[in-house]
Amino acid sequence: MAAPLGTGARAEDPGQEKQDFQEKESVIPERAEEAKLKAKYPNLGQKPGGSDFLMKRLQKGQKYFDSGDYNMAKAKMKNKQLPTAGPDQNLVTGDHIPKPQDLPQRKSSLVASKLAG
Amino acid sequence: SLAGLGNLMQDVLWCFSQVKGTIDVGVTEADIISTVEFNHTGELLATGDKGGRVVIFQREQESKNQPHRRGEYNVYSTFQSHEPEFDYLKSLEIEEKINKIRWLPQQNAAYFLLSTNDKTVKLWKVSERDKRPEGYNLKDEDGRLRDPSMITSLRVPVLRPMDLMVEATPRRVFANAHTYHINSISVNSDYETYMSADDLRINLWNFEITNQSFNIVDIKPANMEELTEVITAAEFHPHHCNTFVYSSSKGTIRLCDMRTAALCDRHAKFFEEPEDPSNRSFFSEIISSISDVKFSHSGRYIMTRDYLTVKVWDLNMENRPTETYQVHDYLRSKLCSLYENDCIFDKFECVWNGSDSVIMTGSYNNFFRMFDRNTKRDVTLEASRENSKPRAVLKPRKVCVGGKRRKDEISVDSLDFSKKILHTAWHPSENIIAVAATNNLYIFQDKVN
Repeated sequence: MAAPLGTGARAEDPGQEKQDFQEKESVIPERAEEAKLKAKYPNLGQKPGGSDFLMKRLQKGQKYFDSGDYNMAKAKMKNKQLPTAGPDQNLVTGDHIPKPQDLPQRKSSLVASKLAG
Repeated sequence: SLAGLGNLMQDVLWCFSQVKGTIDVGVTEADIISTVEFNHTGELLATGDKGGRVVIFQREQESKNQPHRRGEYNVYSTFQSHEPEFDYLKSLEIEEKINKIRWLPQQNAAYFLLSTNDKTVKLWKVSERDKRPEGYNLKDEDGRLRDPSMITSLRVPVLRPMDLMVEATPRRVFANAHTYHINSISVNSDYETYMSADDLRINLWNFEITNQSFNIVDIKPANMEELTEVITAAEFHPHHCNTFVYSSSKGTIRLCDMRTAALCDRHAKFFEEPEDPSNRSFFSEIISSISDVKFSHSGRYIMTRDYLTVKVWDLNMENRPTETYQVHDYLRSKLCSLYENDCIFDKFECVWNGSDSVIMTGSYNNFFRMFDRNTKRDVTLEASRENSKPRAVLKPRKVCVGGKRRKDEISVDSLDFSKKILHTAWHPSENIIAVAATNNLYIFQDKVN
């Protein structure tokens, strides 16, 4: 079974590990790419709980303003600052309160496919 | 001619045949093709798009007068299969995008297909009408009722020929059975049942019954925080109606036998390739996620597509694939940017040719790849309007990985990642392929001697 993302469980001792890692970085392009990514996003892969990717995949779909969610979030926050859309606007948490700018354009009305033209 | 049987890769020259769709500077999202599928005879070719529309093309009869035309595909029928919906409980929009189309084998004059979006599967009947009744007694030709007191004689209505009309009607709607997003549908070889699979569950349906379905796989954990993998694709065995496979986001495939239990949570076979733990990176699990799984026509093999490779597995060998083909390994050194622009999550499909000797899958820059399993030769071709002269032979393309770039080659950094070939289809018995390039559909055929 694969190790959870971001934890990179390794069995070597720390000194050897660092040298191996540096060697592996040049040998395995993926590791070099991983280092690039971690340099840009240091907090990546450190959220607890289920995999981010999987949760995002399950919740795919445009989320619209939901007054129930809004009021529940307000009740939780009380005097604290209300959360606004972070960089990951599509992640549905229930605490996220969409602003009008976050909402998508209205879909255009149904027309025939151009493949049939 | 039987596709690929005894053919060496180099004997098959692929030629441009047709392209459908418009040349737009900006692509309307609704026009993006999301699925392509030939029917069992290859006479019909169906496409579904993000706008929920289905277009069916029919191959024209080959004419002795124009032997070089080799049966072109023309529009046969088009209809709106799914429309956008709204889940009021969760305040979530339900996309009308057609995720998959699967044909039923033809049993009478009408054609039947299943089309699905994220939540609802529909059975569509496509039938022809080329006669209409004329000479009613109680209404005139416009349909207006005639005054009965004015009728002095009776006549027998007759059927008269009319211009061919192709009608598509929804015969069944299979709704409200999926909490998560449907990724696959597969018609069973018994032709009475089919399955629909979402991220966590697979349901078995009878074509005649829309208000019930059997849940045959459920991998939802009691606590969602323990979720480690999702179902990515599923398919029935082509001949054994009790057997099906499903693939996961962790790169594994499970084969299940419906005879063993009502709920097939325990697999009969488990296919997984061992991984070298020292090769593990942040990207390992993402790129191992299987985006498509297909049985060979023979039923002996399954083919899986993950981000960088296509693998062929022998059903009798669970511990590793028998063949692995590199689709675009040069992307390994681009994974960081492919993660940032979400391309790493692109779901490529893969297909077998009619004789299971050649496999095909798409890539970026409108490239698609074919691998001959017997000769081990492979070729990269491009779906492009620049190579769209009738019967023009497609020139193989090459990506330059490093060092000096030759004149015909394209460097990895010049690849257009917005031009992705996710969906392709291969005619069941001939060397005719359909390639979806965003909003255009290309049809290629092998060169006629």
